[in-house]
Amino acid sequence: MAKVIVVTSGKGGVGKTTSTAALGAALAQRGEKVAVVDFDVGLRNLDLVMGAERRVVYDLINVVQGDAKLAQALIRDKRLDTLFLLPASQTRDKDNLTAEGVATVMDELRQHFDWVVCDSPAGIERGATLAMRHADIAVVVTNPEVSSVRDSDRIIGLLDAKTERAEKGQRIDKHLLLTRYDPIRAERGDMLKVEDVLEILSIPLLGIIPESSDVLRASNLGTPVTLVESAPSSAYRDAARRLAGEAIPITVPGEKRGIFGKLFGRRAA
Amino acid sequence: MTDPTLAPKPIRLKGRSFLALVLSPEQPFDRWLDGLDDLARRSTGFFLGRPIVLDVENIEVGKAELKTLVDELSSRGVRIMGIEGALPSQLAPGMPPAMRGGRPAGDIAAPEAGEATPAAAPAAGATPASDEPAVAALPAVLAQPRTVPSLILEEPVRSGQTIIFPEGDVTVLGSVSSGAEIVAGGSIHVYGALRGRALAGSVGNADARIFCRKLEAELVAIDGLYKMVDDMDARLRGQAVQVWLEGDAIKAQALG
Repeated sequence: MAKVIVVTSGKGGVGKTTSTAALGAALAQRGEKVAVVDFDVGLRNLDLVMGAERRVVYDLINVVQGDAKLAQALIRDKRLDTLFLLPASQTRDKDNLTAEGVATVMDELRQHFDWVVCDSPAGIERGATLAMRHADIAVVVTNPEVSSVRDSDRIIGLLDAKTERAEKGQRIDKHLLLTRYDPIRAERGDMLKVEDVLEILSIPLLGIIPESSDVLRASNLGTPVTLVESAPSSAYRDAARRLAGEAIPITVPGEKRGIFGKLFGRRAA
Repeated sequence: MTDPTLAPKPIRLKGRSFLALVLSPEQPFDRWLDGLDDLARRSTGFFLGRPIVLDVENIEVGKAELKTLVDELSSRGVRIMGIEGALPSQLAPGMPPAMRGGRPAGDIAAPEAGEATPAAAPAAGATPASDEPAVAALPAVLAQPRTVPSLILEEPVRSGQTIIFPEGDVTVLGSVSSGAEIVAGGSIHVYGALRGRALAGSVGNADARIFCRKLEAELVAIDGLYKMVDDMDARLRGQAVQVWLEGDAIKAQALG
């Protein structure tokens, strides 16, 4: 049975699109069939980060409105056979997304893929609520600073209220992906600490992605971060393995021991 | 300079509960109205001046039919202050307002035939006193122990969420986030950090208090009086604290 993941945050610019591409590619590297879906209609970016911008013919809106079949709109990645992109439309706006149309597309994607990773637009309006509506798992992307944390908190509240699972009385799995973590600034106290963010949001941690120029470079080259070897790349790959159910200890960048080792170390002292 | 004497006084809204008689009409309405007429004949003025709530929860009735019923009742001197259990589609403009959240109290028996004065027999358990007027029976009903409802939230209250519970206490096992709001008729208990707003005693209960394990709130209020946390003793920040009202002043103290 396919699992639908929504990558969301509330706040813009925290790394949703980068994380969608990286997690999607990392899951596909495991040999599983993955579709990444861009819900940011009108401000599409996922095609750029995936390096597929010149291959877009049909898009999500065309499929939702019945102008194109799903198979016509899906773009197969040139590097990974099992990775597909369903791009957003750049010329339309989010009002063209209907709830029924999105439900039909998500149902069809579930039949063909192991993972469907939805890149949510920023904000808490229609585009974002439709992107999260059919999700089984939410990856909440947060930067270690107060406004991002508060917006993520708001989004978690919406995930518990506005998703199909929540309305049926089921739970939606929520995971925190802390991005742009800078060990030096954290050390100086310019950034929220991992423990502070976890205390406020109180959802399980999926991974910590270190701030790195490798991320920007990969985006500009149109390559998902996980396809090139780097520190953020292995952090994203570990996060994808945790999503797939593997138990891998989380390490805080800049610290030699894992967060759990550190906690134990304190207790022993 | 603004003259403090000209500054507008804040408007305080308070809730208050009253005891009203509840009439539950049954279909067919003709026969039920006949029964009501019979009751009114036996004790003149039983309904006069009494606040009456019409409970239409368990009957299927259209808008026009409900309107006719209300008119029939008002022609008998029965004044309906509100309708309980009605769908918005059943209420036309000009009809009594919809009421909800009523708390059950003891039943009031209809007067027996042959009684000269309008009198209500007290509820079961109270001393029968048929010579007392009906008004005296009402406090006896009020004095019965009433369970105070409480709301327990096992999940954290997130930014942007508002919990409104005018019926009683609210207990939150997790934290209340910055940008979240709790409005309780009774006290508020937060076993995590209180970072948002907490408004206790919102229905005019000055005895309500706020308890939290870690005070980082944006605002606390009891019975309509509020205080920003910046105006409180800085030493209380991050501490386990209780907040209560003393006269018109909000007091706060660390929990020992």
